Amino acid sequence: MKMRKNIALSDSGFIFNPSTGDSYSANPIGQMIIQALQNGKTDEEITKSIEEEYMIDASTVEKDLYDFKNMLKNYKLTE
Amino acid sequence: MSKPKYTIAVTGLNAVDSPGPGISVIRALRDAKSFDVRIIGLSYESLEPGIYMHDLVDKTYQVPYPAAGQSILFERFEYINSIENIDFLFPNFDAELFNFIAIQEQFEKELGITMVLPTQEQFEARHKVNLFEYGEKHGIKVPFAKMVYNMSEIPAIANDIGYPLVVKGKFYDAKIAYTTDQAMQHFNKISTQWGLPVLIQEFVHGSEVNVCGIGNGEGVTLGAVPMRKLYITDKGKAWAGVTLDDDNLINVTHKLVKATKWRGPFELEFIKTSDDEYFLIEINPRFPAWCYLTAGSGQNQIEALVNLGKGNKVVPFETYDVGKMFIRYSYDMIVNLSEFEQISTIGEI
Repeated sequence: MKMRKNIALSDSGFIFNPSTGDSYSANPIGQMIIQALQNGKTDEEITKSIEEEYMIDASTVEKDLYDFKNMLKNYKLTE
Repeated sequence: MSKPKYTIAVTGLNAVDSPGPGISVIRALRDAKSFDVRIIGLSYESLEPGIYMHDLVDKTYQVPYPAAGQSILFERFEYINSIENIDFLFPNFDAELFNFIAIQEQFEKELGITMVLPTQEQFEARHKVNLFEYGEKHGIKVPFAKMVYNMSEIPAIANDIGYPLVVKGKFYDAKIAYTTDQAMQHFNKISTQWGLPVLIQEFVHGSEVNVCGIGNGEGVTLGAVPMRKLYITDKGKAWAGVTLDDDNLINVTHKLVKATKWRGPFELEFIKTSDDEYFLIEINPRFPAWCYLTAGSGQNQIEALVNLGKGNKVVPFETYDVGKMFIRYSYDMIVNLSEFEQISTIGEI
């Protein structure tokens, strides 16, 4: 799954979709996942970096990552 | 090189909660880089806020309602022009356009007042009541719609298109009806206010996206800025909006302008469905009230229209700033009664 190329993410976690005009706010973990997706990281790489950063077990991260990516898809932020 | 100074007359000074485009047009004119302006406001009612905005409007004259007819309108402009020597005129209401289109040539020849307007054929063809056929002709999706003159016609149409449906006035107003009773109530209210026919239109689910643009009359789009309303009032008017990066909308706009050889400003209103389909729901043959956003995002289309009309070189805009927002606000002016008295009694201020 890739983020759409024109999605703008600011340092504050503000996300703007210029195709629809919709905007969202992501928390630091959400911001980290979006940046990782923009940089072409795999799910394994993203899971590992969150595990290390926040000391959460892999299965919880995987489940939350799956939910978060579905949300991004529903909001048409991915392609 | 010194810039020319144009005297430009503008209607639509009703900067109220359902605003006319006049104040936006004037602000864009005051931002123009290629000319200076003297602004003549044209009002219908004594309480149009623009009359009292002296930092934006240099002088205002009352003008007759469209129903008074073209000869009365021409007479009034002969008088105004004898004082002001108007170079360019922006009619900003749908309801007044018919008259101005009809006397456009006479204005140019006898008064030297330029307007850039669609032709009578273009104006009529895009009318709400003809829009479905217009879309079919030009290969653009338009929700099915039928005009009705009697509310007894509504149930049969509702049977075909289902509920909800949209009940629209021929010039303004649109209401969504979920039942036959509601549709009939809306019909009564809208026909009383705006006359007949009333339009019954299929409801398309999605978000509303609009394009403000200008065509040069030869099939070339001189500017186009797409915008999505972010906040809508109970009257369906945008209170905030943001410019979009949407190539599909720009392409549909270019296609329409090319096919129709549209001349002048326009606003296209689309519904974008969740499947990314675009349904054209309305073409407004004038600048919309949010047109100042075009100037704010790098396309001063209002300035370009004046230059087009005055025969100056106009290079089509290719870009605009995406993610530029407008947020409307209301503001209480304090006005002396003597000003209200002057416009109400003498008809100019």
